[in-house]
Amino acid sequence: MNIIEILKKRILVLDGAMGTMIQRYKLSEEDFRGERFKDHGKPLKGNNDLLALTRPDILRAIHAAYFEAGADIAETNTFSATRIAQADYGLEDAVYDINYYSAKLAREVADEFTQKEPNKPRFVAGSIGPTNRTASISPDVNDPGFRAITFDELKEAYKEQTKGLIDGGVDLLLVETVFDTLNAKAALFGIQEFFDEIGKEVPIMVSGTITDASGRTLSGQTTEAFMISVSHMPLLSVGLNCALGAKEMRPYLQVLGNKAPFMVSAHPNAGLPNEFGEYDETPEKMGNQIEDFLQEGLLNIVGGCCGTTPDHIKVISDLAKKYQPRSKAKAD
Amino acid sequence: MVETQPLILSGLEPLIITPESNFVNVGERTNVTGSRKFLKLIKEENFEDALSVAREQVENGAQIIDVNMDEGMIDGKQAMVHFLNLIASEPDIARVPIMIDSSKWEIIEAGLKCIQGKGVVNSISLKAGEQEFIEHATKIKRYGAAVIVMAFDEQGQADSYERRIEICDRAYNLLVNTVKFPAQDIIFDPNIFPVGTGMEEHRNNAVDFFRATKWIKDNLPGAKVSGGVSNVSFSFRGNNPVREAMHSAFLYHAINNGMDMGIVNPSMLEVYDEIPKDLLEYVEDVLLNRREDATERLLEFAETFKGETKQKIVDDSWREEKVEERLSHALVKGIVDYIDEDTEEARKNFDEPLKVIEGPLMDGMNVVGDLFGSGKMFLPQVVKSARVMKKAVAYLLPYLEAAKQEGVRSQAKILLATVKGDVHDIGKNIVGVVLACNNYEIIDLGVMVPAEKILQTAKEQDVDIIGLSGLITPSLDEMVHVAKEMEHEGFTIPLLIGGATTSRIHTAVKIDPEYSGPVLHVHDASRSVPVAGQLMSDQSYFKTIKEEYAALREDYLSKREKKELQPIEEAIANKQVLDWTNQQNLKPEFIGKKVFENYPLEEIRKYIDWTPFFNTWMLKGKYPAILEDKTVGQEAKKLFDDANTLVDRIIKEKSLVAKAVIGVYPASSADESITVFEREGDNDSLVTFHFLRQQGKKGAGRFNHSLADFVAPANENIGGYMGGFAVTTGIGIEKLIAEFEKDHDDYHVIMVKAVADRLAEAFAELMHEKVRKELWGYASDEALNNEALIKESYQGIRPAPGYPACPDHTEKRTLFDLLEVEKNTGIELTESFAMYPAASVSGFYFAHPHARYFGVGKIGKDQVEAYAKRKGITTEEAEKWLKPNLGY
Repeated sequence: MNIIEILKKRILVLDGAMGTMIQRYKLSEEDFRGERFKDHGKPLKGNNDLLALTRPDILRAIHAAYFEAGADIAETNTFSATRIAQADYGLEDAVYDINYYSAKLAREVADEFTQKEPNKPRFVAGSIGPTNRTASISPDVNDPGFRAITFDELKEAYKEQTKGLIDGGVDLLLVETVFDTLNAKAALFGIQEFFDEIGKEVPIMVSGTITDASGRTLSGQTTEAFMISVSHMPLLSVGLNCALGAKEMRPYLQVLGNKAPFMVSAHPNAGLPNEFGEYDETPEKMGNQIEDFLQEGLLNIVGGCCGTTPDHIKVISDLAKKYQPRSKAKAD
Repeated sequence: MVETQPLILSGLEPLIITPESNFVNVGERTNVTGSRKFLKLIKEENFEDALSVAREQVENGAQIIDVNMDEGMIDGKQAMVHFLNLIASEPDIARVPIMIDSSKWEIIEAGLKCIQGKGVVNSISLKAGEQEFIEHATKIKRYGAAVIVMAFDEQGQADSYERRIEICDRAYNLLVNTVKFPAQDIIFDPNIFPVGTGMEEHRNNAVDFFRATKWIKDNLPGAKVSGGVSNVSFSFRGNNPVREAMHSAFLYHAINNGMDMGIVNPSMLEVYDEIPKDLLEYVEDVLLNRREDATERLLEFAETFKGETKQKIVDDSWREEKVEERLSHALVKGIVDYIDEDTEEARKNFDEPLKVIEGPLMDGMNVVGDLFGSGKMFLPQVVKSARVMKKAVAYLLPYLEAAKQEGVRSQAKILLATVKGDVHDIGKNIVGVVLACNNYEIIDLGVMVPAEKILQTAKEQDVDIIGLSGLITPSLDEMVHVAKEMEHEGFTIPLLIGGATTSRIHTAVKIDPEYSGPVLHVHDASRSVPVAGQLMSDQSYFKTIKEEYAALREDYLSKREKKELQPIEEAIANKQVLDWTNQQNLKPEFIGKKVFENYPLEEIRKYIDWTPFFNTWMLKGKYPAILEDKTVGQEAKKLFDDANTLVDRIIKEKSLVAKAVIGVYPASSADESITVFEREGDNDSLVTFHFLRQQGKKGAGRFNHSLADFVAPANENIGGYMGGFAVTTGIGIEKLIAEFEKDHDDYHVIMVKAVADRLAEAFAELMHEKVRKELWGYASDEALNNEALIKESYQGIRPAPGYPACPDHTEKRTLFDLLEVEKNTGIELTESFAMYPAASVSGFYFAHPHARYFGVGKIGKDQVEAYAKRKGITTEEAEKWLKPNLGY
């Protein structure tokens, strides 16, 4: 069944954090380098996206753990797999491969699960992160007119990433952790250009990040303004993720719940970071707060971001079964 | 007009333009082609000051800012990019959407790559043919912007009505069908051209624009209309009074024809109602092409103006007026120069400084509000007015504080906030001042306050009341949201709602149900003190207002709720079961019927509710306020006088005769029927009335009403009574009408009917009161004035057959039989059960304190079949009479 049809019937569950799970493996520089990059000139430890090429076994295991916990949608491990973000590691040329193989391995794990449970088909969403540059904010306080990246550079980088993800077989694209809407608009522009070139489209999810209690994105937009600014594309969903825990995210999700002309998604962090910068909200506590949204009928897609684990997703997935999805009619 | 999707734009914040929105003002100062000052700043690369120009515009009320860098001497693309990047770092500018204005596509595209929000491209056209048009539009859509389309094609710029609509129609179809551009994101600029140029072909320029605007709004669903207004007065350059008047008059007519937005220089805009009458007439003659010599006349007249303004740049004659007039003038015109001295003078005239605010200052702001509401003032002007108001209030503040009694403990702590997304705070500030003067401790959180902050502060400071304010429509939703959050967090303290767009009905329908604590709409600042006082001192007040709002809500919902029907059995199970135990006073003083012949019309006239009378004449407003209304007051006054002269005459000449019959009988109900008996204890009934029951699905705590529920069932030993009535004031009306018809005096023919109708309604009201207080006598101690009567604040109801609670007109026959109406009053029923004369009212009386008006609404086939069976008619027959209520 097609994902849009399923979404009308029930709430779908997105997986949890990749980074948190990878950390558990306590990988070494050698793990990251593998055979292919053993002589690469720059340190590669911490470049999680690269594991698609060097430790695919780990990514498969993590995807499987999330599917096992009840996730319907796996995100590819490609959050930073753009030419722009990979420039720090000098791996611009590996970008297509990272995306392609990351998508491919997630696809294979998803298909295994679908085969086992045909009534609960699993999907793969190609994760498209914000990059480490902002198109509408100057990195130089003394020169507010300066930009470290242009719209066109972003657009091309995102297009390249999209090609890898689509070739690798993703069902959806997830433009996530949008903290500068202009970056997201460049991504959407690049994606649309690529769709036009291949004559095929996949549904797109967009998920923004409200950075703090000001209720705004890093680039200063309110939740509603953010939503309006990406609504020119026929999105599958618009939502929020990262930066906040479920509790803090609630007021902004209500804005989307009430106004979005698309489905609504949320994948919050496991609470706010503690004094050590760790996310330590328990699955039960996070579940209680997520249940609040579900009760209010705010969501169609729910999952976890930083600090969430298969245990969190298990709780979320059990809750999601109990509630009806948000109906679009609500946005009257 | 076609129902349309809103145009939704964004900067850092949303801008949603609906058909109900007031005119959207586009700031035009950041345009090198329009502002020499801005051009100079850009040429000198003085971007800091250029930003100040942008900021000032937003502060002055521009809802979108237009940026244009088209000048031969500068690198337009580079300047556009740099300026937009700078704006992005200025949240107080970037909060509004950007209009990227250029005639060069490369500049437009470069601009589109700089804005994170959804802006507007100004503009594209069919000038270079379809291919380029489609290509550009496709890109704009992909960049996520709305677009202005100039009425321009391969043949040139549209300069007639026909060319305008031809081009707009063609462009619209290409955009919607070929590009799949969202229709609501299309804005047409149908070319505003100068008038009064002396050239014959320019005479109709404004009229053509108005007509084209109307055509676009009527024929191109979703499309909006914009334009650069200053063009229209091009030939009057150097004569600002004329130009300002012309801009304002042009806008007034353009907006009436559907213009949504435009580029207007707020400082070149006169307030429509302030344009001297003669000047306005000359200007409108030109704009509307009303007479051959319009241009010559205006030119001649303009000369005198020009001379005048040269000698005396500012017209200071208003300084001669009384202080109240001066304050009002200053507010309407946004003049701050004399506000302190005028406020001081006013302060001396009043015993309390607060009276200055509540009196002349609020009066002035009300004028501003009315002008704004009727499209005669524009947002930037209102912002100027607000500044003047703030300044006056600030001047009074020290006096207000001094007036506060010292040593008195504060009564209660009240938190005030303008809700998130809204920046309007004048009203809130006044409420704050007024309450503070009455010894309330005020915690003012300012504007744009998110719900979380309100709740958090309320907890930390342990406040007693929360007051929310807002002016714009989205604030209404935000208030609902705050109420929900208060409920969610377990608050119980009162929530007060105020601000221009808020209303009692919105509060009752949308906010009150979300919060179990008290929620109250406060109409104006002066009401805030008694409301707060009562909330703090009177425990039962909470219950009273909860009930009042629940009733309001019920009434509203039953009127408009789209009904999802339930089986009639379930509807019956959800009926309201009334308490008949402590209802001794329902026992009537008399049983049977009473006839009134020739009732004195002098008595009846006192009960007239005049508001519907004005509605008959298509004048909107409530009596008596309508008589003082700025727009329709004069007309209303004339109608009112004529009506009263006519009533005087009718009374004097006895040309209409009032007759009535009323009856009160023992009765008992079963499901939806009521059986009526002649005497207590009778077994044989006189008649049986058949009613219907609401069948829509109801929310928790709401009932499926039927009139039958208001009479006790047979097994109750008290409360088994109902009444009926028929009154007329139409006997003799034919003769009166014939007299006016003979003179072809249509005005008076209508007037006679309208007056007779009012008298009949008044008679019904009078009779009802008589029944309540004397005849049936269940409310013998009732004391209500006419206003309260009109508001129906008494116990018991008098619903009529053919009206929402009993939609079946045929029940009138049963009622007429019971009361022998034809014999007793002369009212007759036509074959379709209409009453003749028309100035007649008939209906039922129900006396239980919970008896209330409702609408049956849509009903299901199951109920119709059962109803037909009870009445002994076929289902088809029943369906015929209940047609509007059939929900299947």
